[in-house]
Amino acid sequence: MSRRQSISLLKNLGSRIQTRSVTYMPRPGDGKPRPVTLIPGDGIGPLVTKAVEQVMEAMHAPVYFEPFDVHGDMKSLPEGLLESIKKNKVCLKGGLKTPVGGGVSSLNVNLRKELDLFASLVNCFNLPGLPTRHENVDIVVIRENTEGEYAGLEHEVVPGVVESLKVITKFCSERIAKYAFEYAYLNNRKKVTAVHKANIMKLADGLFLESCQEVAKKYPSIAYNEMIVDNCCMQLVARPEQFDVMVTPNLYGNLIANTAAGIAGGTGVMPGGNVGAEHAVFEQGASAGNVGKATAEEQKNANPVALLLSSAMMLRHLQFPSFADRLETAVKRVISEGKCRTEDLGGKSTTQEVVDAVIANLD
Amino acid sequence: MARRSGSILNRLLSNPNPSSPFTLPTRSITYMPRPGDGAPRTVTLIPGDGIGPLVTGAVEQVMEAMHAPVHFERYEVLGHMRKVPEEVIESVKRNKVCLKGGLATPVGGGVSSLNMQLRKELDIFASLVNCINVPGLATRHENVDIVVIRENTEGEYAGLEHEVFPGVVESLKVITKFCSERIARYAFEYAYLNNRKKVTAVHKANIMKLADGLFLESCREVAKSYPGITYNEIIVDNCCMQLVAKPEQFDVMVTPNLYGNLVANTAAGIAGGTGVMPGGNVGAEHAIFEQGASAGNVGNDKIVEQKKANPVALLLSSAMMLRHLRFPTFADRLETAVKQVIQEGKFRTKDLGGDCTTQEVVDAVIKALE
Repeated sequence: MSRRQSISLLKNLGSRIQTRSVTYMPRPGDGKPRPVTLIPGDGIGPLVTKAVEQVMEAMHAPVYFEPFDVHGDMKSLPEGLLESIKKNKVCLKGGLKTPVGGGVSSLNVNLRKELDLFASLVNCFNLPGLPTRHENVDIVVIRENTEGEYAGLEHEVVPGVVESLKVITKFCSERIAKYAFEYAYLNNRKKVTAVHKANIMKLADGLFLESCQEVAKKYPSIAYNEMIVDNCCMQLVARPEQFDVMVTPNLYGNLIANTAAGIAGGTGVMPGGNVGAEHAVFEQGASAGNVGKATAEEQKNANPVALLLSSAMMLRHLQFPSFADRLETAVKRVISEGKCRTEDLGGKSTTQEVVDAVIANLD
Repeated sequence: MARRSGSILNRLLSNPNPSSPFTLPTRSITYMPRPGDGAPRTVTLIPGDGIGPLVTGAVEQVMEAMHAPVHFERYEVLGHMRKVPEEVIESVKRNKVCLKGGLATPVGGGVSSLNMQLRKELDIFASLVNCINVPGLATRHENVDIVVIRENTEGEYAGLEHEVFPGVVESLKVITKFCSERIARYAFEYAYLNNRKKVTAVHKANIMKLADGLFLESCREVAKSYPGITYNEIIVDNCCMQLVAKPEQFDVMVTPNLYGNLVANTAAGIAGGTGVMPGGNVGAEHAIFEQGASAGNVGNDKIVEQKKANPVALLLSSAMMLRHLRFPTFADRLETAVKQVIQEGKFRTKDLGGDCTTQEVVDAVIKALE
């Protein structure tokens, strides 16, 4: 690292923003540029993915993007997209809006199923400088991504009566539980909470709980508890500091992740990703289908922070930790200073202004 | 009424913000009863498990202190029973109204939820929770006044599950036009009768297109019959976030079973906790009143031992019950007393940040009754 960087780093050590003074020793050849599939998506998607591209260029990060044009109302994923992701192993995505009503199934869900991205992870935490009604929030919601209520298996039995199937399997429940505990172990987290409604859905959520309980036995140093989902919603808004890592089936995870993102500052700032055994797709933490209102698109004041922090997660996933650190530091500094904020955070800046501020703050 | 008017006027004059909708409501109307309206009504009482008996005891005491024309037929039902005893169902069918503490549904196999069973047997299809900021009780969210109307009989909580083969379980979520239509009709009717401006349907029809799509269609059809009420729809995950970010945008919310459970609990949480929100379940012929959200949450053992459960939710629900039984003056007196106690802030149980026992709160309420 250059002297100039070290000096500004030392200056920052005095400030609240966390900076690492570690030098990462790479292996020869680690600096080779990695290709990443890029899906701008609908609505505010292209705006925020462009923000990421600009910041990556400014940092000279060893990443280059292969963009693909996908829209939420397409009937299926375009050709070449899946091959590209399977080759690159990593994808960055704006939002894909799933139309309400019949005809087109969700491409977000499709992508996750085809690539078997079984875990969705959202990290909801208070950002310094961003006032919220809740303090001390630091929750990671790990949600099963492939089965459960969102499997899309529904049919009309007779006109006016619809049945929708929620399928829970031991296989999927076990692997999401294993992932959650492994995550907690690797990230020095103290507690895992399983969220369920097994008093009513005894067999389905009961199976989920059994799997969690079995895996918990293998991690005796991590506290494990269970909470019924309706009580959990209330506890989230009353005392969020009691939660650490939460592992949930598909639907509860969707709602809990959004609630937790909301209390910590909004879905415009929370990073997240979807990961499977072989592939990973990074997108804004919660509400992947929420591509903003038309006004946000026109006025170009969508919030790029969530996707920028997710791309920092992506850089770590690609084993480029110092770039990830620089990016996160710059973004957090911009938020903490409070001068450039988009509308959802109470400011009036455009996406471009926030991006410029982040680039200016990169060392 | 003369003595009461004096203190009512006193309160009106001393209130700093008489135009707020949440001034302690005092009515200077006299309700003109029909002859025979004062005949005592019988209400089935189910104390339940855990803190249930404690809080229903509170209600009984307050009713007696008010000399309300209500008397209770108590029945012992516990959450781990296999089914609700026949005589209880008969009693509710006869009395038409029931007041219930909580019934804890055990996690795990064997026993199905008695809360659900009661609702299905009596076809009590609408669950209503009124989540509103109580003056004097500080919360992180202001301007919360949300009524969550939730379909009570079908959807995800129908309990239809089976193990296809070991390790794979299927759970059925059934949505019918019949049930969706009647809950939508109930919600709009409620909004109309209570001067509410907006009804929001909560759904996930982008993913569950047929099931929630059917629910939405029914809501839209009913909305056409009420042009004076604004209708909009919101996807449930966005709704959860909006609830914690900007709760003032919501007025009446109509939802299917599971989303309603979670949205009601979240809304209760932001407005002050499930210990204070009143609610009830109503069907075409019967009504059951219980604490607003989390009917299955009967507190932990410590609260039962120390007798520190919060009786406010059930007291406010019993005020709703008194209105349902057409005893509005008693309902007004009870609500006024409870709200005064909360506002003064001297007697609060642990969930509201105080340290009182249930009995102390009840005594305070009785004293505040005129």
